[in-house]
Amino acid sequence: MAAKDSSTERVVIDVRDLTRRFGDFTAVDSISFSVKRGEILGFLGANGAGKTTAIRMLTGLLEPSSGDATVAGFDVYRQREAIKKNIGYMSQKFSLYEDLTVFENIRFYGGVYGLTRATIKSKSDELLERLGLQHARDHRISGLPLGWRQKLAFSVALLHEPEIVFLDEPTGGVDPVTRRQFWDLIYETAANGVTVFATTHYMDEAEYCDRVSIMVDGRIEAYGTPNALKNQFEVSSMDDVFIRLARSTSQSS
Amino acid sequence: MRTLPFILQKEFLQIFRNRSLLPIIFVLPIVQLVILSNAATFEVKNVRMSVVDEDQTEASRGLVRKMQATGYFSVVANSPTADQGADLLLSTAASMVIHFPLHFERDLRRSGTARVQMIFDAQDGAKAGVSQAYASSVVVDYSRELGANIVLDGIPAGIDVIPVNWFNAEQRYTTFMVPGILVLLVTIVGMFISAMNIVREKEIGTIEQLNVTPITKSQFVIGKLMPLWVIGLFELAFGLIVAKLLFDVPMVGSIPLVFAMAAVYLVAMLGFGLWLSTMTDTQQQAMFLAWFFMVIFILMSGLFTPIESMPHWAQNIAELNPLAHFIRIMRRVLLMGADFSAIRTEFYWLVGFAMTILPMAVRQYRKVSH
Repeated sequence: MAAKDSSTERVVIDVRDLTRRFGDFTAVDSISFSVKRGEILGFLGANGAGKTTAIRMLTGLLEPSSGDATVAGFDVYRQREAIKKNIGYMSQKFSLYEDLTVFENIRFYGGVYGLTRATIKSKSDELLERLGLQHARDHRISGLPLGWRQKLAFSVALLHEPEIVFLDEPTGGVDPVTRRQFWDLIYETAANGVTVFATTHYMDEAEYCDRVSIMVDGRIEAYGTPNALKNQFEVSSMDDVFIRLARSTSQSS
Repeated sequence: MRTLPFILQKEFLQIFRNRSLLPIIFVLPIVQLVILSNAATFEVKNVRMSVVDEDQTEASRGLVRKMQATGYFSVVANSPTADQGADLLLSTAASMVIHFPLHFERDLRRSGTARVQMIFDAQDGAKAGVSQAYASSVVVDYSRELGANIVLDGIPAGIDVIPVNWFNAEQRYTTFMVPGILVLLVTIVGMFISAMNIVREKEIGTIEQLNVTPITKSQFVIGKLMPLWVIGLFELAFGLIVAKLLFDVPMVGSIPLVFAMAAVYLVAMLGFGLWLSTMTDTQQQAMFLAWFFMVIFILMSGLFTPIESMPHWAQNIAELNPLAHFIRIMRRVLLMGADFSAIRTEFYWLVGFAMTILPMAVRQYRKVSH
């Protein structure tokens, strides 16, 4: 799947003036950006800045008010179901069924994406081996530590070999060691040509990204590689970039 | 449609792992059948009677004894005056007063006709009616024994009614109630479990994950409906067995016909529950709505009070109640042995409900917010 298109320059997410209003409130205000194949985009912003609304539009969960966007080459207004076949998604809220076992979850999501039972079987063996979770195959999710669950949820989101995977705060509440392991998984995934779109509140994670977007009050106020942003704001860490942006808005408002 | 088996597999696993669900499925039928069909009875026993006997003769005492002997009436007080007798009604110490005027016996002897008055506490109209009917029949019997005619004040006399009861010859209350209770059982299990189902995925957040998958709306709703449909039919089978073994309810009609009707009925009710589930955001809201509709459905179903005695507007509303139609079907098939042609109209109603509600649930479930 990954070798389907050899051009690494191909744009897989293209967003132009995308806007979403809820009544008088503009949650996402005319944002534009593009992401290339195999890139890791860090989608940053304070709580309520509009990150989740933006993700919900790009994943076909929410209809935009105006603007254009294509995801994996499909239009967010007219081709939502085609988008859904080509993306993986791991939400902020926990996405696996706690009353089902590890394998039962894998089987269910695999089935929903149209994989055959044989494919599911081999893919799940492979996946559990990679995560070192073979022993937990028949354990219920409710008994697993949060870190394991998150890694598992991530792998399940990749089961159908999507072009893009959206991660909404994948490492929230996870310990630093597991967080590090999680990012190893993300790197591995991106190296295989899968585009990763991740929101996070951890600025050290932002440093790992190829490109970073920072949303403030529904707009993208900064966009670029971590180094470029640090130079632009004349600071030494992403943490400072973020604080600088947050402060400028609190002064202006 | 390769996806559907995976959805079904997951739903069944989750249903059977839900600890509160299994006891409901197995215990509910037994408890409901036992309690409702025995305790929820219209039979009136132990009518407390206050006797005001101004006559104090063998004739008046004879009637009181005869009433006591039926086992339905017991004397709680002998009051000297009618007013004192009425006081007992007010204080609810008695639920009826029997008043013999002076010369009751003399009038009987001389003219063969005498009057006696009965006053009933009619706060509960049904109970008063039944007590009155019992009392009248005792009076009629007693008159016949004496070769006389005792006139009950306020009750027209002179017409002998000879009742013949078909389909439930002994007028056993349980026989009449059980088919209806079975409907209730299937409905409760179907509607409540389905109402809680989709909204549960909303609460735990997995619905969002499902909404970003290529799963289609009908796959989703059918995947939710089918396991509950199977459980509902199983519940009916279990209930029928309990009814047969515990109550010896006659099952005259065709059992396959009963199941065929139940299959359609369940699609309608499960669709309704799922529709509620797609409209709400929490299990609490879903439960509340389900109860709201359940109470209306039950009260207007003809289960406890006949639809025919409702006012016209209520009868029209009852036509839109799937429960009412299915109860009619069950009674007719189980007690009367009706075949399909006798319940065709009811069947079309059920099909109509199912074909309206299910698409509503599918439509209401949204993968995309607007």
